[in-house]
Amino acid sequence: MYDFDFIRPASVEDAVAALATDPEAIAFSGGQTLMPAMKQRLASPSAVVSLTGIAALKGLRDEGGRLWIGAATTHAQVAREAADSYPALASLAGRIGDPSVRARGTIGGSLANNDPSACYPAAVLGSGATVVTDRREIAADDFFEGMFTTALEEGEIVTAVIFPRPARARYEKFRQPASRFPLTAAFVAQFDDGVRVAITGASEGGVFRWTEAERALTGNFAPESLDDIAPPDAEGMISDLHGSGAYRAHLVKVMTRRAVANA
Amino acid sequence: MPKDGGIGSSPKRREDIRFLTGTGRYSDDINLHGQAYAHFVRSDVAHGRILSIGTEAAMAMPGVIRVFTARDFEGAGGIPCGWQITSRDGSVMQEPKHPILAEGKVRHVGDPIAVVVAETLAQARDAGEALEIEIEDLPAVIDMRSALAEDAPLVHEDLSSNLCYDWGFVEENREATDRAIREAAHVTTLELVNNRLVANPMEPRVAVGDYAAHSDESTLYTTSQNPHVIRLLMGAFVLNIPEHKLRVVAPDVGGGFGAKIFHYAEEAFCTFAAKALRRPVKWTSSRSEAFMSDAHGRDHVTRIELALDADNNFTALRTETLANMGAYLSTFAPSIPTWLHGTLMAGNYRTPLVYVNVKAVFTNTVPVDAYRGAGRPEATFQLERVIDKAARELGVDPIALRRQNFITEFPYQTPVAVQYDTGDYHATMDKLLEISDHAGFEDRAADSRARGKLRGFGISHYIEACGIAPSNLVGQLGARAGLYESATVRVNATGGLVVMTGSHSHGQGHETTFAQVISDMIGIDADMVEIVHGDTARTPMGMGTYGSRSIAVGGSAMVRAAEKVIAKAKKIAAHLMEAADSDIELADGRFTVAGTDKSVAWGDVTLAAYVPHNYPLEDIEPGLEETAFYDPANFTFPSGAYGCEVELDPDTGEVTVLGFTAADDFGNVINPMIVEGQVHGGLAQGIGQALMENCAYDENGQLISASYMDYAMPRAADLPMFRVDHSCVTPCTHNPLGVKGCGEAGAIGSPPALVNAVLDALHRGGHRVDHIDMPLTPARVWTAMQG
Repeated sequence: MYDFDFIRPASVEDAVAALATDPEAIAFSGGQTLMPAMKQRLASPSAVVSLTGIAALKGLRDEGGRLWIGAATTHAQVAREAADSYPALASLAGRIGDPSVRARGTIGGSLANNDPSACYPAAVLGSGATVVTDRREIAADDFFEGMFTTALEEGEIVTAVIFPRPARARYEKFRQPASRFPLTAAFVAQFDDGVRVAITGASEGGVFRWTEAERALTGNFAPESLDDIAPPDAEGMISDLHGSGAYRAHLVKVMTRRAVANA
Repeated sequence: MPKDGGIGSSPKRREDIRFLTGTGRYSDDINLHGQAYAHFVRSDVAHGRILSIGTEAAMAMPGVIRVFTARDFEGAGGIPCGWQITSRDGSVMQEPKHPILAEGKVRHVGDPIAVVVAETLAQARDAGEALEIEIEDLPAVIDMRSALAEDAPLVHEDLSSNLCYDWGFVEENREATDRAIREAAHVTTLELVNNRLVANPMEPRVAVGDYAAHSDESTLYTTSQNPHVIRLLMGAFVLNIPEHKLRVVAPDVGGGFGAKIFHYAEEAFCTFAAKALRRPVKWTSSRSEAFMSDAHGRDHVTRIELALDADNNFTALRTETLANMGAYLSTFAPSIPTWLHGTLMAGNYRTPLVYVNVKAVFTNTVPVDAYRGAGRPEATFQLERVIDKAARELGVDPIALRRQNFITEFPYQTPVAVQYDTGDYHATMDKLLEISDHAGFEDRAADSRARGKLRGFGISHYIEACGIAPSNLVGQLGARAGLYESATVRVNATGGLVVMTGSHSHGQGHETTFAQVISDMIGIDADMVEIVHGDTARTPMGMGTYGSRSIAVGGSAMVRAAEKVIAKAKKIAAHLMEAADSDIELADGRFTVAGTDKSVAWGDVTLAAYVPHNYPLEDIEPGLEETAFYDPANFTFPSGAYGCEVELDPDTGEVTVLGFTAADDFGNVINPMIVEGQVHGGLAQGIGQALMENCAYDENGQLISASYMDYAMPRAADLPMFRVDHSCVTPCTHNPLGVKGCGEAGAIGSPPALVNAVLDALHRGGHRVDHIDMPLTPARVWTAMQG
């Protein structure tokens, strides 16, 4: 690890200011990706601006029937406190990483990083959630722009995520054997106006919506609805040591079916 | 019934108290006054010519004491190889120099180029980044077949090719084996890969060098399984330090699995630099460094043919293996695919003709050497896989086919040099079928089918050669060292005693088991026995721990030394009781004159030995301390039957290990709990190899499984509750304890059982898959199912 300054602001304004004054500074919200990278000397920020000391970024609350989650809320807290209000989301949060990751990692950190194998992006895209930042609201469909890329501007901080609550939902993931990140995972959510299916882990473009499946499931929310649908094109799927693009494409369908069956 | 705390009982491991309460003393816990820190700058390319190393900027960095490159080691030797193999044509193997720091070329990712020594580790790392190293990339050879091609780039330009040796065994059997295969009623052929593994002990390697100017003595603290071997190799061959001026200490060591047998460049570096700088120098491997600098294991590519007659008797076996040596020859590397592999190719079976060909190949990869089982897992895997395939081709039960060909009479001279002293393979197979509830398998398979899953059962029956080995035999086989073991038993005046053993414990629990043996022999509490190991200044010259040799060879040496102690103590007791030596009996810590009620306590005798007021000084010396060196007459031959039950998810290819059963014959067992723990660990590693672990390079020689993000280690949740049994006992006939060794069995017997189980499940599901190379990841299984 290289030397760096550690800044722990008490307000969003102070955090934004700290990031604005130093272009080499980086926002830090749990650090479950950033810390290992810094220890390996793969990241060398001049300053780390920790967001987890900002009370306004923490906690869960009902907001007109929608679920508001502060960006600096840990996975463990979501797993505990969303169990009644959004069980599928709580279940997803409770299966991220291991207990120490869940005790430190936060939803805002996960979304801002947008790892193509992260769990949360699937829930946010699959729920059609709204990402709230220090300066605007971004629809999930506009937020994820590809592997490790989001609509966030330089110095923009995610402050909260607002989830509409579906009638039924479920997240099913197939773990990569080594890292235990999703090799491919599917988040399925049924709303009054239709079904959303978001896939993570599989695509070189990061999290994506599987629209063919959404159409079929909107007609009939049952695993059999997927029988006649081909898996997504293997082209563009991640192909590596742990599985080919064809295998991941196949898993997209398997995991989606399971998510529907278990929703 | 075993005596409480004695042989056959299961006292808890005394060493666990310090391991589990954080009071162990590992090499990294050693911090010496004035210590400096070494940071190794390693190659990030697989093959390249070093054009220049600019050190000026690094030298100017804060805290930097000195930057070392190959130039500083011009007077030093290379890291030696401890075994020489002779090729089929009579030539000796090609043996390139293995420099401490790269000379002229880098030959694998991780090859050390330079070392920065600084006041702090962070300063050393910072300065390492300031080194200006210019490397011209050369084409890398990674795949073994390509490495042997005529026009392949040479890993070592002073060698004629990338072929280290071409070994035939037994060469006299070759023609007869070829003929038998030509004339066989049936021949089953299988091509397979034994996947490359990284040992990943929980404690990474550490070296701390120290130098005492007043005595001109060097000390190395290191994470080693055999400190005396390191002292000999490093002192005599690398740094030219006489053994009486060099002390090697291997304190608590957190797992070795073979990777800590070998002498490594970092050890020689820290010892050398401590003297050069007149300061202690410490290096602690990071996990990332461990992946690219600890010797890897396995990495064989094999074609095996099994010939059978019309009655399904095995008539001949022929195997051809390419064995990856990596870029340099690690300490025992040449012996693993040869003498620890070829000699086991007969397995448990009466195959009259066996011929083994091994070509060892240099590639631009990390050196490959012994990893738990070392050669024997590779032999067992191919044999137990080809037998299963033969059974399927012939439409016979794989268990019956094995039973029909089992060796049943002992001693048995195999066609591959070794002679098995004892064994009862039907007994272990019977035991396995019983404790795995094999009879109930079909019901369980039906239950799986009803849930849309495929269940399979796979078996393997292994043999291994442990307790390596008779020195005169291994000398003939090319070993450059003896393979005896040593022990000194020092009895103190008040009756307690210290055993200084040449064996080394790095998780095996010797401090408990060795004390149990002494406790039994004398009849005193195990608490009165201290076991000392891992320090060349305290223990007699010993060869260390690997190849499941500690109790069989080290334990035997200790028994011999203790016997000498007891013999002398009896003389003292005889004097004290005015009786004849031959009338003295020792039991429960008392010496008794046979047939009388006259007795003296163990403590009375030990006190007399050191306070010899009333003592036979004209016949024997005072004191009570004896040393023995034990060189066994033969290897020991543990064997066992392993059964694996899996359930396969046809949607994803995911394999779940539902049950794993091991019925082993380890001969006599000192501490059943510790033996079971050893088997559990071995099974975890074997299942890890078969199911998840894979050390992978890309075609440019980049290590793509270079961290736990991509190298899959098994976790507790990946493993079932094991059922293990060691009640089938045929004691070893040639060592005093009748023991065989148990450390590697689990890793040897389990991979073929697991692969056989998965293939059984696939066939039951209608998928006619002959073989899948390990690890059987979901992706590989699913891909195989697609046809």
